[in-house]
Amino acid sequence: MEEKKYMNPYLAGFLLGLLLLVTIFITGRGLGASGAVKSAVVEIANIISPSHVGSSKFYSEYMQEHQDGPLKNWLVFEVVGVIIGAFVSGLISNRLKLKFELRGQSTRGIRIFTALLGGALFGLGSQLGRGCTSGAALSGMAVLSTGGLITMAAIFGGAYAFAFFFRKLWITKG
Amino acid sequence: MAPLVPDLIGNELNFIVALLIGIGFGFILEQAGFSTSRKLVGLFYGYDFTVLRVFFTAGITAMFGVVLLGHFGLLDLNIIYINPTYLQSAIVGGLIMGLGFVIGGFCPGTGVCAAAIGKVDAMFFVLGSLLGVFAFAEFYPSFEGLYKAGFLGSPRIFESLNMSQSLFAFLLILIAVTAFIVVTKIESKVNGKPDPELQPEKKYLLIAGIVILIGLSAFLLPEKQSSVLNNAKDPAVVSKIDYKKMSPDELAYRLIDQNDNIVLFDLRSKENFKELALPQSDNVTYEFLFGKDAKKKLSLKSTQKIFIGDTEADEMKAAYIARVLGYQDISILKGGFGEFKSTILDFKMPSGEISRNDADTYKFREKASTVLPALIQSAKKQQGSETTKTKRVVGGC
Repeated sequence: MEEKKYMNPYLAGFLLGLLLLVTIFITGRGLGASGAVKSAVVEIANIISPSHVGSSKFYSEYMQEHQDGPLKNWLVFEVVGVIIGAFVSGLISNRLKLKFELRGQSTRGIRIFTALLGGALFGLGSQLGRGCTSGAALSGMAVLSTGGLITMAAIFGGAYAFAFFFRKLWITKG
Repeated sequence: MAPLVPDLIGNELNFIVALLIGIGFGFILEQAGFSTSRKLVGLFYGYDFTVLRVFFTAGITAMFGVVLLGHFGLLDLNIIYINPTYLQSAIVGGLIMGLGFVIGGFCPGTGVCAAAIGKVDAMFFVLGSLLGVFAFAEFYPSFEGLYKAGFLGSPRIFESLNMSQSLFAFLLILIAVTAFIVVTKIESKVNGKPDPELQPEKKYLLIAGIVILIGLSAFLLPEKQSSVLNNAKDPAVVSKIDYKKMSPDELAYRLIDQNDNIVLFDLRSKENFKELALPQSDNVTYEFLFGKDAKKKLSLKSTQKIFIGDTEADEMKAAYIARVLGYQDISILKGGFGEFKSTILDFKMPSGEISRNDADTYKFREKASTVLPALIQSAKKQQGSETTKTKRVVGGC
């Protein structure tokens, strides 16, 4: 079956904005993603080496703030929802397929490396920036937080500034 | 008044809410096309600005809604999570994320989304993001200085820029609409063909016009809090309502009785309140009356809410605000705190002829002037342990 067309971007944005508004109205906080990654990392570290977690400042501070365990966290539940929601969306639009997407002049090996490296940079940066595109930039914009908007400007400004150097990863010409 | 957590929705139920919201979030991201790096990175090479359109529309929709709900006093903006501002780490962290974006082709939310529908490259991206957080955790001591530098509190952007919220909101909408138009032109240039999705342009100009109109209306909508506060400053407006006045004797009687059907709101300055405050009283500001904490106490049933101020005029101001906000059983203290202090607390039995009627009153006042200070003392001791203030929601990543 043919893949369905994507939703009109303005409509999608409007719905996403309403969802964010409802989130703030109900819970007093915005959406997020990287926070769940952090919870997962702390949980994994705690399983592999509890003694290390106890002695490390970062982990022990986190454990102290999350007495019920790192996974009992609002964002963890939210991201589990994201996985389900995206899966359902892919299912009804016929986009559910195991697929290795290659762009530009990348090879499979290069793409694995860039995905890992890009992910790692994003993960690291989201910790410094106290949130990623969802938690800091989008949710920060909704509540007009100065910090969130600075992070947003830095993410997109940075991406534009670096884009030229990595163009071969994404486009064939140039 | 929102937010509904934790009063109307418990913390456990909040996890279910999180799951449901997440499902909506993932569904919309995927439907918008955020599950492929082609669309995500297109923004940076000019061939596909879907991300900008979705992101900006979502941002201004939510922002506008937050401003609007705040305007009408439906959402307590003093409680919702405002991302804190740490200047250096916000910039450095953002730049690193930007670099990660053009190298990896996803961001964490969209990466999860793409992985969920089977994109293998996205799975590697998510794995990478785990490694990145792990690196931060392991080398946290080296990052800590940068992480905590330049803390400015949780300011909101219009405060930082020294402009009104509505003006900033309007400018942001204007910027967004301009961006939508500009990127459409860039897109068709880069792709070498007019994007069929964006023809005819008239339709989009119409949408843009509507959005600008809605934005403009933000100027015209009176903000509930500031308009009520403004009215409260006008004695002519305030005195239109009749306020129930409680005499110092009655208040003293009810305090001695330890009657729990009263709540006292003390409007005096913090210093005066610290020095001498009545039992069962809270030191509040006029602004406080609009918030969620005030609502809890002001909407108590069959309870007298009594405002105490330096003057009756101050008390009437607060009572006016409370009445406008729809609260019942509001009284003010006759003669203000000063009269209460002089007639009750500092009571001196007058010398000379005393009528029979006054004698009872004086007898009561004499008793009150010994009993009340003791109550005040014991209330003072308790106060340190008792804080009922609603905490700001903890959020963020």
